[in-house]
Amino acid sequence: MTSIKGFFRGRAKIQPIWIFVIAIFIFFSFMSEYFLSWGNITNILVQTSTIGLIALGMTLVMINGNIDLSVGAILGLAASLAVGLQEISMTLAIAAALGAGILLGAINGLIVWKTGVNAFIVTLGAMLGIRGLLFVYTDEQSFYASNFAFSDFGMSSIGPMPVLAIIFLVCVLIMHLVLTRTSHGRNTFAVGGNPEASIDAGIRLGRHMMINFIIVGFFAALAGVLLSSQMGAATPNLGRDYELWVITAVVLGGTKLTGGSGSIIGTLGGVLAIGILRNGMNLMQVPAFYVLVVLGVILISVLIIDKKVNVPSSKEVRI
Amino acid sequence: MKAPTQSRRPVDAAPILKLQGITKRFPGVVALNNVDFDVRPGEVHALLGENGAGKSTLMKVLAGKHQANEGKIILGDEEMAFENPKHAKRAGVVLIHQEQSLVPEMTVAENIFLGSLPRKPFNRVDWRKLREDTNKILETLKCGFKHDDLVGSLSIAKKQMVEIGRALAFTPQVVIFDEPTASLTDHEKPVLYDVINSLCEQGVGIVYISHRMDEIFHLSHRISVLRDGQYTGTVNTADTNEDEITRMMIGRSLELDHASKPNDFGDNLLEVRNLSVKRVFEDVSFNVRKGEIVGMYGLVGAGRSEVAETIFGLRTPSGGEVVLDGEVVKFRNSHDAVASGVALVPEDRKDQGLILGMNCRDNMTMASLTSVSSMGFMQGAKERVVYDKYHQAMKIKTPSWRQKVGNLSGGNQQKIVIGKWLHTHPKLLILDEPTRGIDVGSKSEIHTLVKDLAKSGYAVLVISSEMPEVLGLSNRIIAMYDGRVTAEFDGDNVSEDELVQAITGMGKQAQAS
Repeated sequence: MTSIKGFFRGRAKIQPIWIFVIAIFIFFSFMSEYFLSWGNITNILVQTSTIGLIALGMTLVMINGNIDLSVGAILGLAASLAVGLQEISMTLAIAAALGAGILLGAINGLIVWKTGVNAFIVTLGAMLGIRGLLFVYTDEQSFYASNFAFSDFGMSSIGPMPVLAIIFLVCVLIMHLVLTRTSHGRNTFAVGGNPEASIDAGIRLGRHMMINFIIVGFFAALAGVLLSSQMGAATPNLGRDYELWVITAVVLGGTKLTGGSGSIIGTLGGVLAIGILRNGMNLMQVPAFYVLVVLGVILISVLIIDKKVNVPSSKEVRI
Repeated sequence: MKAPTQSRRPVDAAPILKLQGITKRFPGVVALNNVDFDVRPGEVHALLGENGAGKSTLMKVLAGKHQANEGKIILGDEEMAFENPKHAKRAGVVLIHQEQSLVPEMTVAENIFLGSLPRKPFNRVDWRKLREDTNKILETLKCGFKHDDLVGSLSIAKKQMVEIGRALAFTPQVVIFDEPTASLTDHEKPVLYDVINSLCEQGVGIVYISHRMDEIFHLSHRISVLRDGQYTGTVNTADTNEDEITRMMIGRSLELDHASKPNDFGDNLLEVRNLSVKRVFEDVSFNVRKGEIVGMYGLVGAGRSEVAETIFGLRTPSGGEVVLDGEVVKFRNSHDAVASGVALVPEDRKDQGLILGMNCRDNMTMASLTSVSSMGFMQGAKERVVYDKYHQAMKIKTPSWRQKVGNLSGGNQQKIVIGKWLHTHPKLLILDEPTRGIDVGSKSEIHTLVKDLAKSGYAVLVISSEMPEVLGLSNRIIAMYDGRVTAEFDGDNVSEDELVQAITGMGKQAQAS
């Protein structure tokens, strides 16, 4: 970590998504007078922290060559546990919520590792099953936070920074370091890049896959706890479709669905792109449905640009 | 080296295809500089050169994949400017790829006419015509499969025939073969040779790219050589020899050097006792001493790679045992094997040995991350030291450690794989086809490297299908046939005939009778 430049270079190129983020940031600054205020900017960070946290874990899972569709359901379950159990004990409630995320991630990882069934299928099943468990547990009821400290926490700030934004940014930093600076991060790239070569090199494939599923499970649960603390409540439908938003953000950030490449910095760009667009268009009073249309178009365009810009060109000199 | 079995006189005819003064530049590098080349109808014109000499680029220009910056392509009497491969194919110039591009789930007929299926009105497929056309092509190929066989069920050699069939569907005037025998076994090659000869008889001009001298001398009428993007000359095959060609390619000549083999052996390092894996190989026993190179010679499918994989912990033996440095070892997975000092340089560099999208340094340290990290955190400076050490020791040619391994030539890629393993500090180094698809220059560098490693105390097991390689490297040679060890030879005193008999099962019959 000798220089700022070296720190950010990591292993990835500048992702085109950051050019886009800067462009829309400037655009909305001109279009809306509220946009460029400290309150609004921290607001964007808080709003994106839920999807953002999960996207951090998802980046590792996807670089590893897997995918996790069950994150939305894990988020919902963790939120209901955190709110539902706080009558007994606040600590127990949060521990149970986070523990559930870690356990479910571990189960996903274990099944993918030991059976070799495609992660898409395994976690699709997990998504349905966990959502079902959630309905069984909540009996289709919404829970409301009884502990005021819990619901205040989601709204609190340290100085000018909301706590949720701080937690998100700290997690970004940690995950960036995990991915670029640890042997686990390196092996995550290796396994996603070429599983066979990784086995040949004596890398323990399954172990790394499982750790990454545990990481994404933990982040989904953490996001669930923080989201319910922000709302002071948890509904059984919480987190529906979040897996799609998360995957959108990660892919926008330049992580390949086939594994082997990607970065946390890119994912942060993808998360911010979605957050800024939603926030900015909201300020411009564009109806929410149009936001979806715009996001869909942008997702596809960014990937097209990425394909055009980052072609494995014949221009690279062969020696 | 054996003298060429058959030398062919050059065909006397006006060229069907001429390339004149072709120059192709990529940013920062001149890939081809004023290259001339021509093909006569009914001849096999071999094109030789080290990796990176520009063979592939020249052929891509010819087949319409690249466009030349300068120069002319003249087909018949007409000057052509091929914009894309389809255009070139229509004009009658077809490139048969090194890597196969077939759809395994489709039939032979569908594959041959992929993209150009005969049609009936309303865009329906004319299956009858498809069948008839395919049968016509298969007749020329004279190979043992039918139009409705699934391509996925065919052997590699037969798949290659399908690929050639696909070229024939265009009634080509010129067919380019790029390393066609790279994935064929010795007894599959004659089938390919027959097809090439019958194409010649029909007046098709053949361009043949290969690293293998014996093939080139066996097949070709003329030989052209490229070096560093420059055309160094064309000679008639009948009037030349391997030395001359090698000199043209690399500017010096190579010789098989028995004297440089290692000769100072220590104790037994590896002892394989009656090792078996059900239905794959049976009752395999041999040993490798410290400082010794043992060659394992046999045809593809004889079970050699599988023996190596079993020693390396990738397969579970159904019987027998592996003794490493005096201890019986039972590896549950490759991780255990690496930890105990076994290294396997796999057969397929690109699929099993490297992560092509990763840079050189990361590939180099991949198998030994614990040595360049502390508490799970990577230590960049240590990694660079490791990389620089092997980069220099093995003379790997890359502009920087950040270069993606996928952009390196085969020889340099293989050196990275070997470097990766050396840094795990193994006791036993297993090399499976260490020089497959590697140009002559790098090949001899890798051979020297392997010998030096053995001399410095490593026990080395080399698996190879190339006789010169096995003979040139090994102190002892173990021959395998059909999942069994058929013979063991002294590497310095064995004839080629003895070896061939041992790996084709003939020796066994002789013993039995």
